[in-house]
Amino acid sequence: MDYINKLEKVSVLGAAGKMGSGILLLTAVEMADQALKSENKDKSFTLNAIDVSNDALGGLMRYLKVQVQKLAEKKMVALRGMYADRNDLIENGEIIDQYVLDVMTYVRPTTALEAAYNSTLVFEAVSENKDLKNKLLSQIDKNSSNKPWFLTNTSSVPIHELEKGADLKGRIVGFHFYNPPAVQKLVELIVTDATAADLKDFAMTYAKNLRKIIVPSNDFAGFIGNGHFMRDALHGIHTVEKLAKENSFVEAVYMVNKVSQDYLVRPMGIFQLIDYVGVDVVKFIMNVMNPYLKDEDLHSDLLDKYFELGVKGGQFSSGAQKDGFLKYEKGRVSGIYDPDKKDYVAVADIQEACDKKLGDLPKSCVAWKSIIGKKDRSKEFTALFGDLKNMDTLGAKLAMEYGARSNAIGKKLVADNVAHSEADVNTVMLTGFFHAYGPINEYFV
Amino acid sequence: MKLRRKVYMTAGYNTISLGTGRKEFNPKKERPGLEHYLKEAGQGTLTQIGGADNVDEGVVGNFMASRFNKQAHLGAFMPMIDAKLMYKPSIRTEGACASGGLALISGIKSILAETAEVVLSVGVEVQNTQKAIYGADVLAGAGWFQKRKDGHAYFFPGQFSDRAGAYYEKYGKDYTRKGLAKWFANAMDNARLCDTAQEHHNTHPNPIELGMMEPNGKVFTDHLNVFDCSKVSDGASAIAIMSEDGLKRCGIAKKDAVEVIGLGHAVGDITEDPKDLTRLDTIEKAIQLAFESAGITKDDLATIEVHDCFTIAGILATEALGFAERGKGAQFVADGNTARDGKIPINTTGGLIGWGHPTGATGVHQAVTIWEQLTGRAGKAQIEIPANRPYGMTINMGGDDKTVVAIVYKQGE
Repeated sequence: MDYINKLEKVSVLGAAGKMGSGILLLTAVEMADQALKSENKDKSFTLNAIDVSNDALGGLMRYLKVQVQKLAEKKMVALRGMYADRNDLIENGEIIDQYVLDVMTYVRPTTALEAAYNSTLVFEAVSENKDLKNKLLSQIDKNSSNKPWFLTNTSSVPIHELEKGADLKGRIVGFHFYNPPAVQKLVELIVTDATAADLKDFAMTYAKNLRKIIVPSNDFAGFIGNGHFMRDALHGIHTVEKLAKENSFVEAVYMVNKVSQDYLVRPMGIFQLIDYVGVDVVKFIMNVMNPYLKDEDLHSDLLDKYFELGVKGGQFSSGAQKDGFLKYEKGRVSGIYDPDKKDYVAVADIQEACDKKLGDLPKSCVAWKSIIGKKDRSKEFTALFGDLKNMDTLGAKLAMEYGARSNAIGKKLVADNVAHSEADVNTVMLTGFFHAYGPINEYFV
Repeated sequence: MKLRRKVYMTAGYNTISLGTGRKEFNPKKERPGLEHYLKEAGQGTLTQIGGADNVDEGVVGNFMASRFNKQAHLGAFMPMIDAKLMYKPSIRTEGACASGGLALISGIKSILAETAEVVLSVGVEVQNTQKAIYGADVLAGAGWFQKRKDGHAYFFPGQFSDRAGAYYEKYGKDYTRKGLAKWFANAMDNARLCDTAQEHHNTHPNPIELGMMEPNGKVFTDHLNVFDCSKVSDGASAIAIMSEDGLKRCGIAKKDAVEVIGLGHAVGDITEDPKDLTRLDTIEKAIQLAFESAGITKDDLATIEVHDCFTIAGILATEALGFAERGKGAQFVADGNTARDGKIPINTTGGLIGWGHPTGATGVHQAVTIWEQLTGRAGKAQIEIPANRPYGMTINMGGDDKTVVAIVYKQGE
C-alpha cells in the first residue's frame, strides 16, 4: 500500500454537509502536511469537494478557511519547522497565511460528480440512503479506470450491501466519523469479508495521522454507535409515551430529558441529542437499520409525526442548534414542542411542577461538566447510583430503568456480535458520545 | 551618575492588569482600548497632585501600540487625558519592555535639567487585541529581526527557554525547576493580595505543583512551561516625577513621595547573542551603576521589583544582584528568601508573572509598587520596611537583557 499515492487524488461526496465538511477539512490538512515533507515535494494533490449545492460549497470554502487557520494557530511550533526552508516567511502570521493558502489550494469545489472519476480514493458522506449511495458509488466506479477505493461514512448501512450494490469487490471500507469530525476523536472502522488488506492498512494509517481513536465494529446495520443510540432514544420516546398518560406530553418530554441528562450525568438529555443529530436523521437511520433486526421493531410513530410536521432539529451552518423536540435560545433549552398545539411551551411554565414530580436529586449527584475532566470517576458514580437505587422518587425510578436499559443495549451489541467486546462498546459511548461512564457497568444491577 | 538635584516620585496609580485570569476578562467581548487605559491611569495620578495645571510635561512609555493597536504617536494623547495638558510638551519612549522604565528616565532627566518641575509619566500597553500566537510576532520586535526566522514560534519564551536549558545543564534540572516553581508560587501569593493584579482571582490550591509541570517542546518550549511565563496583559500605570519645587507646587509632603536616590541605565548590543546564557550581564551592569549612583549596596534594600517576564529571569536577577552566587539563585529562591516574609521580599504585588505584564506599563508599575511599599500604601500587600535598610529598587528590562533601567528609591524626608 502506497499511502501517499492513494492520497494524491481524492474526492469527498457530500462535501458541504455536516460530516462531509469535517472530512474534507481533515483530509485537506493531511494532504498539506504530507506535501510539506521534503520527500513529497514532487507530488501533486487534488481534493475534489463534491456537493449538489453551489451555495453550500461557497459556505464550505469559508468554513474551511476559518478552521484551517485555527488548526494552524494551534500547531505553530510544528509549522515553523515545516516552512524552515522558506526564507520569505518569517513571522508566525506569514507562515499561517501560507499554510492556509496551501491547504485551500488542494480543494476543488464542484457540483460535477464526474470530477470523482479521476480519483483514486473516494470518501462518501451523502445522506443515509442506501440506494443513493449505491447509485453514486457505482456510477463513479464504472466510469473510473483507477479501481478507486471507497471509504463510506455511513453510520447505519451495512458495508457489504454497498459493496455488493455497487459491485466494488473488496474496495470499500466503513469509516464512520463522529460529529463534528474535526473534533470528535472516534472513528468506527468496518470491514467486510472481502475488504482488501491494503485498504484496511490505508484506513488505519489515515486514522492514525488524523489522531483518531479507531474502534472496529462488525458489519451490522447501525454498527456500535447507532446500535446503542437508536435503541436508547427509542427507550426515551417510549418512556415519554408512558408518562404522557398521567402527565401532559410536554411535561413527559421535559422529565425524560432531564432524567437522561442530570440523573444519568450525560452531556445532554436524550431529546437534545436527537435534535442535535436531527429528528429526520434519527428517523432515516432507524429506517435503514430496522429491516435487519429480527426480534425488535426499531421505529417510532412519534418521529414520523414530527418529521411530517417539519420539526427536524439539526444545526444551522453557523453550528447553532435548530429547534426540534426542544426550543433553544442562546444554546439553552427554553421550550418544549407540543405536537397538538404545534407550538413550543416555555420550560419556565412547567419546570417547577415537573421537578416536584421527579423529586429531589440526591446530594451525591454530580454535574457532567465537573466530572468529565477526572480520570477515575467510579467512586462518584457508585455513590450516585447507589443512592438512586434506594430512593423512592419518580426521577430515581426512571433513571434506574434508563441506566439498566442502556446496559442491556450494550450487552446485546456484544451478544449479537456487532461489537467485538464490552470494552469496545464502552469506548464508543465514552469517546463518540462523551458519556462519563460506559453503558456496560455494575451501577444498575 | 550623580544626581545634581533631588528628584521625587509620587501619586502612583495602576489600572487593573486585564487578561486571562481576571474574572472580567472575556476574549470574545469587546474590551477597553488604549484611550481608556491612558485616561484612567493619567487621571488617577492627576487627581492626587491637584490637577493637570500643575504638570509641566508628559511622557508616555509604550512598546508596540503601533502593531497591537495600529496606533503610533502616543505622546499626543496627553491632552485627551486632561484638556489642561493642551500645548504642553509630551513625548513617547520606547525600549521594548523597558519602555516604562525609559518613561521614568525621561521624566527624571527633565527634572535634573530643570526644564520641568512636575512630569506626568504614564506607561501603557493593550495586547489582548490579537491571539498570543500573533502577539508573539509583535513582541519579537524586542529582539533582532534578523534572528526571527530561526527563533521559536513563541519567540521570547523560546529565548528564555534556552537560558533555562543552559542553567539546567550547568546546575541540574530538578534543582532549578524547584526554584522556578517557587518563584511562580510567590507570584501567586503576592498577586492574591493586590486587587489590580491579573492573578488576583487565582485560587489554585497548589501553585508549586503547577510550576513543576514538565515543559513540552512539541506545543510550547523545551525548558519552560506556561506558568514560567508572564501572561498577555492590558493595563496602564502612572506616576508623577517631581522636584522639591514640584512637590511644593502640588502640596505633597516629602514623606508621601519616594526620592530617587540613584539610577543605572545601560544597553547591550541587540545584534549579539548573550555571551553566557546563565547570566544577565546588562542587568548586572545597570544594577552596579544604580548602586554606585545611590551609594548603597544590596544589603541596604528592603524590597525589589525585578523584571520576571519569565521565572528564570527572576532567578538570574537574584544572582545579578549578588544575593546568590552563580548557580545558587534557584536554591536562594526555593528556600523562600524572596517570598514576602523572606530575607529580601521581591515583587510584592506579584511582579510580571503575578501582577501582569502590560509591556510598556511595566517599568512604571514597578515604580508605583515601590512608592506604595515605601510610603505604606500597599494595603493587604504591604510588607514591613526595616529602618536600617529603607531602600527600594526597580529593575526594568527590555528584550533579552538589552535595555535595562535600574532605579534606587527611599521614602522622602
